[in-house]
Amino acid sequence: MFPFSFEWVWDLGHLVFHGALWYALSILGIGLAYCILKAAWQTARGEEEGHGHP
Amino acid sequence: MDQPKNKRYGMVIDLDKCTGCGACMVACMAENNIPFRDDDTDKLLSVSWMHVYRLSNGKPFPHAEECFLPRPCQHCEGEHGHSPCVSVCPATATDYDMHTGIVSQIYTRCFGCRYCMAACPYHVRQFNWWDPVWPEGMERALNPDVSVRMRGVVEKCSFCYSRYQTALNRAYLEGRRELSEEEYQTACTQACPAGAIVFGDLNNPAHRVHQIVKPDLAHGGRPRNPKVFRLLERLGTHPKVYYLTRRDWVRRAGDNEIQKT
Amino acid sequence: MDSALIPKGVERCPLGRFLVFIAVVGAVLLWGVVAMFLIYIKGLNQTNMNNAYGFALWIWADLAVIALGGGAFFTGLLRYIIGKDELKNIINYAVLIGFVCYSSALLILAIDVGQPLRAWFIFWHANVHSMLTEVAFCLTCYFIVLTIEYVPLMLENRQLQRVTFFRHLAHNMHGIMAVFAATGAFLSFFHQGSLGGVSGVLYGRPFGFRSGIGIWPWTFFLYTWSAAACGPCFTILVTRITEMATRKKLVKDNVIDLLAKIAGWMLLTYITAKIVDTVYWAAVTAPAMGFTLLDFYTNNPGSAYGLWILIAEVGICGVLPALMLVSASVRRNPRLLFLAVLLAVLGACLNRWVMILQMQAVPVLPFEKWFTYLPSWQEIATTILPVAYGIILIAFSYRYLPIFPQEPELNPLPEGGR
Ligand code: SF4
Ligand code: SF4
Repeated sequence: MFPFSFEWVWDLGHLVFHGALWYALSILGIGLAYCILKAAWQTARGEEEGHGHP
Repeated sequence: MDQPKNKRYGMVIDLDKCTGCGACMVACMAENNIPFRDDDTDKLLSVSWMHVYRLSNGKPFPHAEECFLPRPCQHCEGEHGHSPCVSVCPATATDYDMHTGIVSQIYTRCFGCRYCMAACPYHVRQFNWWDPVWPEGMERALNPDVSVRMRGVVEKCSFCYSRYQTALNRAYLEGRRELSEEEYQTACTQACPAGAIVFGDLNNPAHRVHQIVKPDLAHGGRPRNPKVFRLLERLGTHPKVYYLTRRDWVRRAGDNEIQKT
Repeated sequence: MDSALIPKGVERCPLGRFLVFIAVVGAVLLWGVVAMFLIYIKGLNQTNMNNAYGFALWIWADLAVIALGGGAFFTGLLRYIIGKDELKNIINYAVLIGFVCYSSALLILAIDVGQPLRAWFIFWHANVHSMLTEVAFCLTCYFIVLTIEYVPLMLENRQLQRVTFFRHLAHNMHGIMAVFAATGAFLSFFHQGSLGGVSGVLYGRPFGFRSGIGIWPWTFFLYTWSAAACGPCFTILVTRITEMATRKKLVKDNVIDLLAKIAGWMLLTYITAKIVDTVYWAAVTAPAMGFTLLDFYTNNPGSAYGLWILIAEVGICGVLPALMLVSASVRRNPRLLFLAVLLAVLGACLNRWVMILQMQAVPVLPFEKWFTYLPSWQEIATTILPVAYGIILIAFSYRYLPIFPQEPELNPLPEGGR
């Protein structure tokens, strides 16, 4: 999973596989962080327009 | 010192010499610390790296004939080391060694998903359904060079890899990089009273196994000797275990290539 | 008693009756949990698997629930990316069913490995060329996606909605749900496909092996396709069963009809491709490996794998439901629609069964015989365990969350109701 495990090789297979994996994970992580931080900010500012559904 | 050349360790088993005595199986059990249970009758639950099959030509007396077929791991090379089992292991717990052609199994890495068992067409890979239990006192007779395996992992024949390592260590101490033919032999080869098993480097024309098989290395090691065949040649697994026989029905019983074409 | 938790504008059965129901299903769950611990403590010798059947009931269950859980990604794709807006009335339930399916799959996988404490090796020492590695990674990632999709639904519980932060969080997550849905579709495409690849790449097993393009055997695409076809069928099936259990109409007919129609066309194209694949395999791939089609279906005393299973899978549970679902008049008839989605679901399950179990039953060495296998009670109990868990999770979600947006409209409360 990481370049320091001994079976790691810098070949195309590893780059494509882990590239796609970390890409997907980053999208999820960033998206989630955005939602949580924005919600915290809105709560702190006392905004009130959120009603669950968009 | 010169870099050692790549080896392709392999085996040829003379089915016309094999008497089915099972000495190879016993030698293998002892050499490789293979676990057994009180009741080991269900062969689908027990472990035996070397398994002797019994084939019959299915004819009534007086034409009935039998043949015994010992089956170690075939150490398939596939295409460029893409063995059926190695390519599927998700945890890199089994490996095709390009230097020796040996398919290894890393017991402490295997987590027992058993995908490799589903991949191997020869039913070579076996699972440790139980933890090994040795009869009182027997643990002192275990081979110290071979690790015992815990429950929940897959194991299989390694061409007695510990013997290869021991031989190589000794050679290095003596300042050599190359092993001679008799320096590295598997336990089954040495145990066979009929001398039916010949083991060596298929890449090396001086080795008997090469001389018998005459492998066509450009075509996945296909045998050039017409009396030699491999199991399931047409799957493209490119095994490094060959079988030698003069009997036609044995060839047909051992490989569907001839049967179907 | 728990009325403060029940969504506004809907009616739920009395708490007592609900608890009795949960207790009954919980007893089944407990049975599964006992079997699970038995397996963890004593090892896989508690199963009836053996060296010829390394993959068995559990792997089938995994493949089947993941295929059926495919309704979540495909409905999400249709709703958020392709823009079929009506599907917003069923997407919540599709997500919930997907969540149940995927968590079940992960649970079963965790029981299935011989050394569960090393299960993380599949991530840590990943062999990127193995189909199972791809499955493990994408499955876990997609489970995270499903959790992300399910969380805002939980936050819509009446009491949780009173917390300002949760209200904002749910709102924000709904806002960018398309991003998550797209990622989910991407991940699903790969792990559904890789599950197909699991047997498709085994070139030592002529029954399972398929040619393909590049590193992907044809089964890769067939599995993704069939998950997209049969997943929505399972969503419809469970919705209908829920409607029967609650004796209420929960989703309007036009929504179901739309989903069924899309699923029907997916199924029709899938089954066409599957037939082409089967013919090519029987005529070219398998003979090249020294096997004829009948080798896989005959001469198998003691085992039930005859040609009937191919006919059942492709014909009765493939072509038939596909033709039924593309016909508008069948879709309008609730009974026939139910039958069609049921057959489609069975077809997907049968396909997974054949590709895993029959693949191992077929002897490859000419001197071996067919292998047989019957699961042990521990295997059965641990396979039913996730079903019980799913029913409980669905029951709680239905009771306390506004899963079905159309429910209040379809079941107006009598005057003076809550
Ligand atoms: S015989 Fe089986 S275990 Fe041995 S290398 Fe071939 S596929 Fe792997
Ligand atoms: S059982 Fe072990 S060696 Fe075989 S595929 Fe799984 S992790 Fe690899």
